[in-house]
Parts: sequence; C-alpha cells; structure tokens
Amino acid sequence: MSFADYLFLFGTMGLVTYLPRAFPLLYFAHRRMPQWLIDWLALIPVAILSALLAPSLFTDTGARSLVLGKLELLVAIPTLLFSLKTRSLGGTVLMGMLLYWLGGMVM
Amino acid sequence: MYLSPSCFVAFQPMKMPVNVLQTLRQGAVAAWPICLGYLPIGLALGVLAQKAGIPWWSVAMMSVLVFAGSAQFICVAMLGAGASASAIIVTTFVVNLRHVLMSSALAVFLQGVSRRFLALYSYGVTDESFAVNLTRFREGGWDRWRALTVNHLANATWVLATIGGALVGQFLPPGALGIDYALTGMFICLLVFQLRGRIYVITGLLAAAIATAWYLLIPGDSYIVGASMSAATIGFLLQRRRRRSR
Repeated sequence: MSFADYLFLFGTMGLVTYLPRAFPLLYFAHRRMPQWLIDWLALIPVAILSALLAPSLFTDTGARSLVLGKLELLVAIPTLLFSLKTRSLGGTVLMGMLLYWLGGMVM
Repeated sequence: MYLSPSCFVAFQPMKMPVNVLQTLRQGAVAAWPICLGYLPIGLALGVLAQKAGIPWWSVAMMSVLVFAGSAQFICVAMLGAGASASAIIVTTFVVNLRHVLMSSALAVFLQGVSRRFLALYSYGVTDESFAVNLTRFREGGWDRWRALTVNHLANATWVLATIGGALVGQFLPPGALGIDYALTGMFICLLVFQLRGRIYVITGLLAAAIATAWYLLIPGDSYIVGASMSAATIGFLLQRRRRRSR
C-alpha cells in the first residue's frame, strides 16, 4: 500500500472514530441535560468498566468459552481487595502487576 | 510558570490555566497508570503491524489519526488478511461507537465549555482516559485542563509505544514484570471507586453477568455497549422504583 492509501484508510478510520467521541460532548455541553439522562449516565461508568473487565476475567478470549480459574481472575480477587482497602490507584496497579508476574511463574 | 496570554493572541486562545506546570504535573500523576498499561499493548500492536508488513511510519500515522487501541488491532489483523478498506472502516466505526456513551457521561462535567476545547478534548476520549478523568471529576478538584493533559499524555505514550513496537518490538521479552496486567489492575481499582452505593454494586454485577453472557453468545464487540446500556437501564429503573415507593 502506498502513502496515499494509508492516509486515506487511517484518515477515514480516524474520522469515524472521532465523530462518536465528539458529537455527544459538543451536543450536550451547551444544552440542559434532562435529569433522567444525568441519572442514567451516572450508572454508565460502573457498567462500562464492569463490561470491559468481566469477559477478560471469566472467559478464554481466544476460544470465547467460559473459564473460571484463569490467572487473570485469580489475581483480580486480591487486587480488588487491595484497592478496597487502600483506595490507591497506583498501588493497586503495581500490586496487580506483581501478583500477575509471580502467578505467571508459579502457574 | 506563567505564560503571557499575549503569546496566544495570534490564534485566539482558549483560556489557559494560570499554573500550567501544576496542571501538567497533576495530569501526569493521574495518567501514569494508563501510560504504563499502554506500553505493552502499544509494543504488541507495533510488532503485529511489522509482521503484517505495515511500515513503521504507517503505524505512527494510524496511532495519531485513529488513537483507538482495539480498532487498531482489528485493522492490523484485517489488513493482514487482505480485507477491503471499506470493511475496515465500517468495523472501526462499530467498534468505537461505545465512545458515545463515554462522551455523554463526560459531558455532565464539561457543561458550558467552549466548542473549540471540546473538539480537541474529544480526540483523546478512550476507555482508559474516560475512566480516569470521570473518576477524578466526580471526586472534585479536577478541571478540564488536567483532564486534557491526561488525554494527551496517554496519546503520546500510545504513539511512541506503537512506533517502538514496530521498530524494535520483536527484540523485547514479552510479559516482563507483569506489565500486561497494568490496565486490568487500573480498571479494577477504578471500578471500586465507582461503587458508591448499593445501586452501583448491583449495576456493576449486572453488567459483568450480561457482558460475559453476551461475549460468549454473540461474536464481535457489541457486548460492551449492549451490556453497559442494559445494566445501566435496569439499575436506573430499580433506582426509580425504589425512590417512588418511599
């Protein structure tokens, strides 16, 4: 592929990625949002984080099958407890990495 | 550090924060888990691109123009499989539609901000920057300039990591120091920060169950949008019924 081919492909990909990111911000930031929408959106972060995480912890992402007991899940439990206890983002990231690293050597 | 406003007059500035250095520092403190997590993923993407015969400058162009991890992985795989440009573009659009939800949730905290700022800010809305910035906004003491710093530090790391992967990635040991778990650890902690009451715990559990089932049953990435919208809607209805019955 030539420079122009790549520029066209990535430029268009960039555009269709940018529009869904920009439209809600540009639209809602200058309008009064209805209270029901604000209440609903307040539940979106917890839902998105959970939806992003759960399949990577409970399934084999290659075969798309349910797997309970993979290392990611086993490490997630103490990591979750650590973050509940300390409420430290940096500490939780490092604790998760350490446990995953150690777990990878054992398993 | 104080930057005289006069040096920005030429292109009609957005109001800059007074203490630029402090803003950058606090932005960096918030962004480092994202940057740490982007390193292995960016390197991996660069290596895959290099194996698929995509030159490093093209990887750089993609990371700057698109800046969306999962879509870029899919794009590299599809290019490697000889897919058409239109198929790649449609897939990218569908995969990245989930950002509509994130930008809408962020809009609650960016009311009345200039369109010029929002146009720049929108570029950096990713799963990770959304989660970090929304948590900070909600805790208070956060502003749009710090949030913008997080977006752009994450972006810079992503661009450099993907280029690095394309150039020297195949010489690096994969999985060193558990770095592959950095983003998972970050998401776990940000999820914990979101659990501010029973309805949030219920919504989170619902989303996890629905997402896992959806992921197993339906191919593609629709589980993210599908599960988060369903769980938030059920949580919203439960909350409203409880309020009414009081």
